[in-house]
Amino acid sequence: MRVPLLFGLHADPPPAVRWLLALLPFVLMLAIYLVASEIRHEANPQDKLLPTISQMVDAMQAAAFEPDRRSGNYLLWNDTLVSLQRLGLGVVIAAVGGLLLGLNMGLFPGLRGLAFSALTFVSMVPPLAILPILFIAVGIDEAAKVTLIVLGLLPTIARDMLMATEKIPAEQIAKSLTLGASQLALAYRIVLPQILPRLIESVRLALGAGWLFLIAAEAIASTDGLGYRIFLVRRYLAMDLIIPYVLWITLIGFLTDFALRWVLRRFFPWYHTGK
Amino acid sequence: MNSPVQHLLHVEDVHKQYGNKMVLDDVDLAVRQGEFCTVVGPSGCGKSTLLRMILGMERPTSGHLLIDGQPAGVPDATRGIVFQRYSLFPHLTALQNVMLGRELSCGLWERYRRRAEFRDEAMLFLERVGLAHSAHRYPHELSGGMQQRVAIAQAIILKPRILLMDEPFGALDPQTREELQLFMLELWEQSGMTVLFVTHDLTEAIYLGSRLFVLSQFYTDERGNGAHVNRGARIVADYQLSPTPAAPSAKDSKAFVTLAEEIRHLGFDPAYLQHVSDFTLHHPDAFQTLAPEQMRRGSSEG
Ligand SMILES: Nc1ncnc2c1ncn2[C@@H]1O[C@H](COP(=O)(O)OP(=O)(O)O)[C@@H](O)[C@H]1O
Ligand SMILES: [Mg+2]
Repeated sequence: MRVPLLFGLHADPPPAVRWLLALLPFVLMLAIYLVASEIRHEANPQDKLLPTISQMVDAMQAAAFEPDRRSGNYLLWNDTLVSLQRLGLGVVIAAVGGLLLGLNMGLFPGLRGLAFSALTFVSMVPPLAILPILFIAVGIDEAAKVTLIVLGLLPTIARDMLMATEKIPAEQIAKSLTLGASQLALAYRIVLPQILPRLIESVRLALGAGWLFLIAAEAIASTDGLGYRIFLVRRYLAMDLIIPYVLWITLIGFLTDFALRWVLRRFFPWYHTGK
Repeated sequence: MNSPVQHLLHVEDVHKQYGNKMVLDDVDLAVRQGEFCTVVGPSGCGKSTLLRMILGMERPTSGHLLIDGQPAGVPDATRGIVFQRYSLFPHLTALQNVMLGRELSCGLWERYRRRAEFRDEAMLFLERVGLAHSAHRYPHELSGGMQQRVAIAQAIILKPRILLMDEPFGALDPQTREELQLFMLELWEQSGMTVLFVTHDLTEAIYLGSRLFVLSQFYTDERGNGAHVNRGARIVADYQLSPTPAAPSAKDSKAFVTLAEEIRHLGFDPAYLQHVSDFTLHHPDAFQTLAPEQMRRGSSEG
């Protein structure tokens, strides 16, 4: 029987074809954009909606390499730095807090009894809906944005860590105790290292939501940051800056995910294969 | 003769119920130091349940479980355990798995100071189970038989009073299983440790044990046989076997085969019901705590 190249259940595309397949959607999107942009510019050279590549490059060059007239900052780098600081701080707090909470809830029935219903309840609150409360309670500066990210991510991460802890077989817990483990050692030397890779996976998934909360908070109340910039220049229909900014955010997200995957493979070789 | 203190393990009048279902129904047994006890019984009769209670993972519904005269309580270093699965920590190498017992029982500073010593000791144990060359491999890189060897090394490094094993070779292919049986007997001869070894494999039980318990729910007593009797398993037979390990060829000998048949008959045959008063309790340490309503009327046996 001939193995089909592309179509059907039994298709087995060779590596080169796989690469081409993966690239195809991007090439198509780019082509469609270029054609559409060309058509609009032919009709109206002043068109702002679908800027040409060179317009976007110009706008980005200005944002990256020319100091802003008002603040004297290099806008792109400044925006990137403050946004990453907010996101990083929020994600780290949510990850560490979620890890500790989930781990201890999974091991100690008393704490679980105390916190489980509350955690489930809190995780159902839509974080964006309480953003106004946050602004009132902690002000509109950095703390509010970081708090929003923490509130949005921590409950999910904690629940994921709780599930990961509960998945550790009771046999392993008993085994640790026969090897002389104290309850503290059990939690932090046996269980914690085993759920760390799961935490990384959890953070990978949570980062998307993290960006959402960050950009929302920056759009509503901020004076800098990637989200702030996009929503600011929207007023002038400055698509030549918005589109590269969005691509830039996407690239950062992609690189972060790639880095986390690398950490997982490099430092937790037993994960996945260890199951 | 049955004073609890004299025996390393003393189980008396132990019942275990899950919901309304009686799993263990008055289990009595006493084990001396140095015995290699095997436990066989039909699948689902409660062998693992009994082991988990001796380990301290679960508590009996009623009755006493004593180790060196002390209540079993929660799991601790007096007992070592080897399960069929989940015996090793997947995030640690073979060597780290074996060192763990030493490391966990001391503080951070001491752990750091005595690192080399622990490592050497763990290497010795790995050598003893023939796996020094795999010291730095993770459990998922080891075969099932190698994993169980590491698990045994890990469990005995703290020199537990009793080593509990729940079908440790149950997932292995026949050849590896035979290898590990030989290894286990060697280890037992050298160390003189006390072992309680659960298996569903009769041949394995007779071959390994210096003593053999049969746990079964197939028996009868004066409560009758209707569905209304919520009857759980008990020790229906207790054999004293040869205290010196036999060669693997013994598995084909006449005596061996006859004993296996007898056990299959009285423990595994739902149609053959021994009366509680007539259990095959040949071992001198065997005893029974029968409730009056179970005893044969007019009998003075106890
Ligand atoms: N945690 C539990 N909850 C309810 N029933 C259980 C539990 N553990 C075991 N059982 C039941 O107890 C019986 C004995 O189980 P087990 O000790 O695993 O048998 P064995 O090891 O002899 O095959 C089985 O019928 C099983 O369904
Ligand atoms: Mg079992």
